[in-house]
Amino acid sequence: MILAPHEPSAAQRRREAYRRRQTVTSVLVAAASTAALGTLLVVAVTGAPGWDRVRRSFADPAIARDALPEVLAGLWLNVRLLFCCAAGALLLGLLVAILRTLRGPVFFPVRALAAGYTYTFRGLPLIIVLYVLTLGVPGLRLAGMPPVLVLGGLALVLTYGGYLAEVFRAGIESVHPSQLAAARSLGLSYRQTMRHVVLPQAVRRVAPPLLNDVVALQKDVGLVSLAGPIDAVRAAQIATAETFNYTPYIVAGALFVLLAIPLIAVTDWVTLRAARRQERG
Amino acid sequence: MTLLRCRGLRKTFGGHVVLDGLDLTVDEHRVVALIGASGSGKSTLLRCVNLLEELDDGTIELDGEDISDPRVDPDRVRRRIGMVFQSYNLFPHLSVLDNISLAPVRVHRRPRAEAQAQARELLDRVGLGTKADAYPDQLSGGQQQRVAIVRALANSPRLMLLDEITSALDPELVGEVLALVRELKDDGMTMVLATHEMGFAREVADQVCFLDGGRVVESGPPERVFGDPTEPRTRQFLRRIIAAGRL
Repeated sequence: MILAPHEPSAAQRRREAYRRRQTVTSVLVAAASTAALGTLLVVAVTGAPGWDRVRRSFADPAIARDALPEVLAGLWLNVRLLFCCAAGALLLGLLVAILRTLRGPVFFPVRALAAGYTYTFRGLPLIIVLYVLTLGVPGLRLAGMPPVLVLGGLALVLTYGGYLAEVFRAGIESVHPSQLAAARSLGLSYRQTMRHVVLPQAVRRVAPPLLNDVVALQKDVGLVSLAGPIDAVRAAQIATAETFNYTPYIVAGALFVLLAIPLIAVTDWVTLRAARRQERG
Repeated sequence: MTLLRCRGLRKTFGGHVVLDGLDLTVDEHRVVALIGASGSGKSTLLRCVNLLEELDDGTIELDGEDISDPRVDPDRVRRRIGMVFQSYNLFPHLSVLDNISLAPVRVHRRPRAEAQAQARELLDRVGLGTKADAYPDQLSGGQQQRVAIVRALANSPRLMLLDEITSALDPELVGEVLALVRELKDDGMTMVLATHEMGFAREVADQVCFLDGGRVVESGPPERVFGDPTEPRTRQFLRRIIAAGRL
């Protein structure tokens, strides 16, 4: 539709002028308060009596430069683990969530097993799962034992799979029963209804909380270093022990934040899109 | 020929009796309108016929086959029955075309191209040919409901169940949906429709059934049920409808 040219009335022009003035005022106030708070923070931190010592032991540029290659190499392990564990945990979570929705007496043991899994692994601290899998299981000395890295990844997948399963299940249950009725009335079987009608809607709806859990997983993948493999945090720790300076930790922390930013941005974007869809629908 | 025969249907929800020994017979190519107050069991009856609800008693025969037998595969029964709901229930994540071709492709195992061609043909017939690639939330209520009818038709059903399909529509959109139902009648489709549109029931139905307390209290040709009801409860119901300006 093409809008016909419209000459705003005097009242509308006055309103618009007023709103423009309001906008300018708002921007000025925001800038002033940001500057005031920033100044206050800088003065408080740099004016502290121990600031020089802290700066030397936490923000030494030369030590940061030296530590960077090792920390980066460690971070590469984090990234690889994150991708594999996120994929594994998402798949496991989805599978468990589907198993929990199966009906009929035949599936009772499957349902019970799936429910038991989510209860156990949501309750169990990740560190304990890691120790049992990376230290306990190799102790069995079975043939064909996978390397510690794989076992550590498995601990992450098992723990996060429990959380993700519940998120998926919430999504499945949020699909209105009338959608099931419509699908079944068309002759679709229960499986076809899940596959083509329920799951696509459920996954879309819970994409933001799923991604949020993946952001949390990103920080926890580093815990496999407890079993030996050297990730970014462990590399920073080693560098720190060599120089008696904490700067490598700051380097690792900054890298983690940089790594998280794209993931968080994607999460926000997906959330925004889901909210818009909700509004339209 | 009798297409649908319900005998002594009983259905309760938590101690509340919704269907109480209901009998209904629908012949092929006939249109039966179910009228009655909210809660009289119209929707429950349709949902029972489509096996979406489990009966507490009674039998339902479709084409002479007892479909209320628990050994019958409900998916196979539902393929022969099309159902349209009050709130459309289109799949929001699928385009109009995919909504319509989902069952033909997945249930009837027809090639996708063929199913989509048929879907486009049906959409053209109901004047929605340009909306094939739109999503449900981009359509008006009347358009969505017409798509829902087309989606049910794509299965080539023997029987159509229409559950108050105009109740959620703005008044100016009711006409386009009713026009489509009229066309289906002209094509000889057997239909059972629960409705609050008395004028429409009078015009399109071959037989009107007044439900009250979970039974068919009065049934017959529309002229007789609307013009000269014999049951006091039917009269009372119609008086209230007239007072509300709905007839």
